Amino acid sequence: MAAANAMRSLIAARPAPPRTAGSLSWLRRNLFADWKNTLATLLVVAVLVDWLPFVIEWGIVDAVLRPDNAACRALEHAAACWGVIAEKYRLILFGRFPFAEQWRPLVGMVMMVGLLAVSCLPRMWNRWLPVAWVVLFTCFFVLMRGGFAGLSFVETAQWGGLPLTLLLSTLGLGAAFPLSILIALGRRSHLPAVRAFCIGYVELIRGIPLISVLFMASFMFPLFMPPGKTPDVLLRVFVGITLFAAAYLAEAIRGGLQAIPKGQFEAADSLGLTYWQAQRKVVLPQALRMVIPSIMNSFISTFKDTSLVTIVSLYDLTGSLGLALNGDANWRQFYFEGYLFIGLIYWIGCFSMSRYSQWIERRLAADAV
Amino acid sequence: MNNFKSIALAGLSIGVSALVFSGVAHAGKTLDGIKARNQLVCGVNTGLAGFGAADSQGKWAGMDVDVCRALAASVLNDPEKVKYVPLNAQQRFTALQSGEVDVLSRNTTFTLTRDASLGLSMTAVTYYDGQGFMVPKKSKIKSAKQLKNAAICVQSGTTTEKNLNDYFKAQKIAIKPVVFETLEASVKAFFSGRCQAYTTDASGLASIRNKEAKNPDDYEILPELISKEPLGPMVRRGDDEWFAIVKWTIYALLEAEEYGITAANADSMKTNDSPAVQRILGSSEDTGKLLGLDKEWAYRAVKAVGNYGEMFERNVGPKSALKLPRGANNLWNKGGLQYAPPIR
Amino acid sequence: MASTEQQSPATPPASTGGTKTSRWRSRAFRGLAYQVILVVVVLLVGGYLAGNTLENMRVRGIQSGFGFFLQPAGFGIGESMIEYDSSEPYWKAFVVGLSNTLRVAVVGIVLTTLFGTLLGIGRLSRNFLLRTLCTAYVELFRNVPVLLQLLMWYFVLTDWLPDMSAALNPVTGFFLSKNGLSFPIPVWSAGHFATLLGLGGGIAAAWWHARRARHAFEISGAQWPVLWPAIGMLVAGTLIGWLVGGMPGAIDMPERGELNISGGGAVTPEFIAVTMGLTIYTAAFVAEIVRSGIQAVPRGQSEAANSLGLSRAQNLRLVLLPQAMRVIIPPVTNQYLNLTKNSSLAVAIGYPDLVSISNTTLNQTGRAVECILVMMTVYLVLSLLTAALTNWYNTRMAIKER
Repeated sequence: MAAANAMRSLIAARPAPPRTAGSLSWLRRNLFADWKNTLATLLVVAVLVDWLPFVIEWGIVDAVLRPDNAACRALEHAAACWGVIAEKYRLILFGRFPFAEQWRPLVGMVMMVGLLAVSCLPRMWNRWLPVAWVVLFTCFFVLMRGGFAGLSFVETAQWGGLPLTLLLSTLGLGAAFPLSILIALGRRSHLPAVRAFCIGYVELIRGIPLISVLFMASFMFPLFMPPGKTPDVLLRVFVGITLFAAAYLAEAIRGGLQAIPKGQFEAADSLGLTYWQAQRKVVLPQALRMVIPSIMNSFISTFKDTSLVTIVSLYDLTGSLGLALNGDANWRQFYFEGYLFIGLIYWIGCFSMSRYSQWIERRLAADAV
Repeated sequence: MNNFKSIALAGLSIGVSALVFSGVAHAGKTLDGIKARNQLVCGVNTGLAGFGAADSQGKWAGMDVDVCRALAASVLNDPEKVKYVPLNAQQRFTALQSGEVDVLSRNTTFTLTRDASLGLSMTAVTYYDGQGFMVPKKSKIKSAKQLKNAAICVQSGTTTEKNLNDYFKAQKIAIKPVVFETLEASVKAFFSGRCQAYTTDASGLASIRNKEAKNPDDYEILPELISKEPLGPMVRRGDDEWFAIVKWTIYALLEAEEYGITAANADSMKTNDSPAVQRILGSSEDTGKLLGLDKEWAYRAVKAVGNYGEMFERNVGPKSALKLPRGANNLWNKGGLQYAPPIR
Repeated sequence: MASTEQQSPATPPASTGGTKTSRWRSRAFRGLAYQVILVVVVLLVGGYLAGNTLENMRVRGIQSGFGFFLQPAGFGIGESMIEYDSSEPYWKAFVVGLSNTLRVAVVGIVLTTLFGTLLGIGRLSRNFLLRTLCTAYVELFRNVPVLLQLLMWYFVLTDWLPDMSAALNPVTGFFLSKNGLSFPIPVWSAGHFATLLGLGGGIAAAWWHARRARHAFEISGAQWPVLWPAIGMLVAGTLIGWLVGGMPGAIDMPERGELNISGGGAVTPEFIAVTMGLTIYTAAFVAEIVRSGIQAVPRGQSEAANSLGLSRAQNLRLVLLPQAMRVIIPPVTNQYLNLTKNSSLAVAIGYPDLVSISNTTLNQTGRAVECILVMMTVYLVLSLLTAALTNWYNTRMAIKER
């Protein structure tokens, strides 16, 4: 009886569910789900159709690639003049460094980028890595400075361009790192004076813009030193960047310290480890591993922030662009292309680092399981 | 105390860098420091053609640079032994105050405030200047008084900012200053057309117009000079010996012109009959001893850069790119203001 | 929060082990020693630097002190929201600089919030193109230094736009040229006072209505319309005020002059470049925060909302955003602070902000220490104020467990 009833009320066959695979269905789900979605698609397509051809024509099709000033001027900005890069790339990349000697910063830069890439592999994280960096910086300085074995002497005032940008960001962060660990530990210390000092330092630095720190290093610091003992402006600016980056880095590391379960501290204590032993062997290895993505973010910020040294008349990548184009009336009007060029260099650096940061985050998460 | 400072510094930076960054100069007397280092450290402009600018090879040239070269020649016997530190308008005084540079030769105006409150001393005037205006020719402006409501580009950290305000306030004309941190930025903004006028010392205007403009003929320098701008090198206060050397080296270049000594004839003039010439070139009296230098200090300076007139002609004069008339910078006996006290 | 702060190693008994002879083994003693050393070191370094500074100033006859703040500044400022004349003292110039900084900060923060939120929601859109476009934007603009972006916008504005004499005039009353944007503004008259009063009344009425609506909802669950009535009250209040004030209608239209465009309101290209650059840069960060904030809300919440029959917009407004806000607000305030601090880069393109005024003063007076100290203090106070506000908001918004 029940079965008969059930038989009688059989529901009509429904059409098969829409295919979820295949390009048509993908289009439907992602571009034309409902009328709002379709409208958005049409709007975006309209904007792209309006702009993309212009961008392609401006940047590629009609652009002048040769360092031909007359041809560039004839464009009247209707298309890009990449010739300005072809003409000036060495001045932009290496700043005031003597022209014939520019292989030196090039070699130094390649070494630095190479070691940076090597340092990114978790496989290479061992005690030799810091040693390698110290060796690298020593080689870099010796090579850049010269003054021996037939290499002419080049003073730091002539260093510039991309090598300077890389130097300031890697060395700045390298020097900030140990400092920031101390500050982060100090901020969580049970000693009131130490804690107060570290909190004060971090909040003070994070409350002011980097540019004021640089102004201080540039204009004010000389007054702090005995006459004639003032260090080089490059060193002063470098110390400024280090002190600034250390405050932000310390906050990132503190985040990692806070995430360490209390049991770890208690375990270390019950093993009879001293404070420093516990930090070094138990706490920091875990905490630092946890905050590698934030450390990478700090590195990206520092890399971008080095562009500010231009304002205190150092010729980093941004500054040397000015050096290359300002004094040359023929090419000065093509600043925009120059900005795009160095913008691309910064972008490649930052984007690859942020991708790496995401990759390492996933990898560490996988390791932790 | 010193130990402690070095420990603190070393802790902050990485040891390697501290080793390599030099620039930690001398202590004590400026002259002793220069001699010990065997190098003169000279603060110059970041790039003002005719006064102080480096070419693409990093070689410096200009009036202000020649003063440095003359100084190096008379003190160190080699005009090449100079380290040039490019300084922007804001950095210059601190750099000199702190001993980062020995002398500031960077088209700097002498004023009471600077003399009395910055801990600096002014030596001798190397260029008598005045502040002027430059406009694009197509604007058809012929006088500064037509600049009502105009945006005027100006570089920060100069006497120019205040003069500009004083002048237009007295004229009861409202203007809009657009202030930039660096010479480069202000020049770029003016040539891009952001401002209707650019203002700085007339010599600077000539330099910018003739060296930086795409086509110098598109720009016009207005007739009004709204201020007095005596430019010259500065030294730190409290070292009278070095102050005297800088001052008298400049006077020596002026004296040399007055007596017809040039870089080319300096050697042959040594045997000239005129006692004044002999004194300057050190072939009779030893004037150098009084300054803490040797006999031929002035001879070497002239030999290195020529006399004042040669220096002027080469860098900024009518035949140079800047095409500035000698005008007020002529010698006193030729209708100008350059009057050097006698070397005697 | 407080408990996690103090989870540093538990302090063991004052003395461990049998070596009572060495007080260094006592943790309490060592703690004290560390602190004493730190304090002494800080004092020594500070004293050394201060001593050098004073000695340097004395030897070179550099004058010091804050007295100069009362002397006339003697330099003009290109743009200012408050009346300023060069004969006024230096402190007034600093106030003008601060007001210019705040102007960029406020306008920038408002625009960044709007733009960043839209972008963040766009990154979660179901529409592939929109999603990709927003992602591309974020990746493009947050990976280029903000200084470079400011310089670039400034160059585009001053080099590519026409001269003032050939200013673009896209809409009547608006002029765009190398000298900035000019736009019509109403002329202030006494009648506008009534308009403002009306606006105030409208705001009060809208607030009162919202309160009553919430009250009604809590009592009976009835949902009163809030948004449109509130807007209506604002408009009506303003209109009534304007009518009562005698309908003042004079508008100051910018006009082409001989050299300049005169009249109307105007913003300089420096201001536009700074605001635009900072907004575009910071919006990329805000978008990321908004996106991750929304994603941080557990999926079940959305599903529950769906099963209750809420529409997508209702879901976003009533379920997702209120919860995401808790995650979003703290990092977004941080971005606001960053924007404010980054506005100091305006100095690179000639906008007269606090840093620029401070630098000019520094050069006129030679008081490097004083000027930089004042500038730093102002920024520090700004950020401490913001931090205090954030904390207050966080406590208010924290989930109240009953």
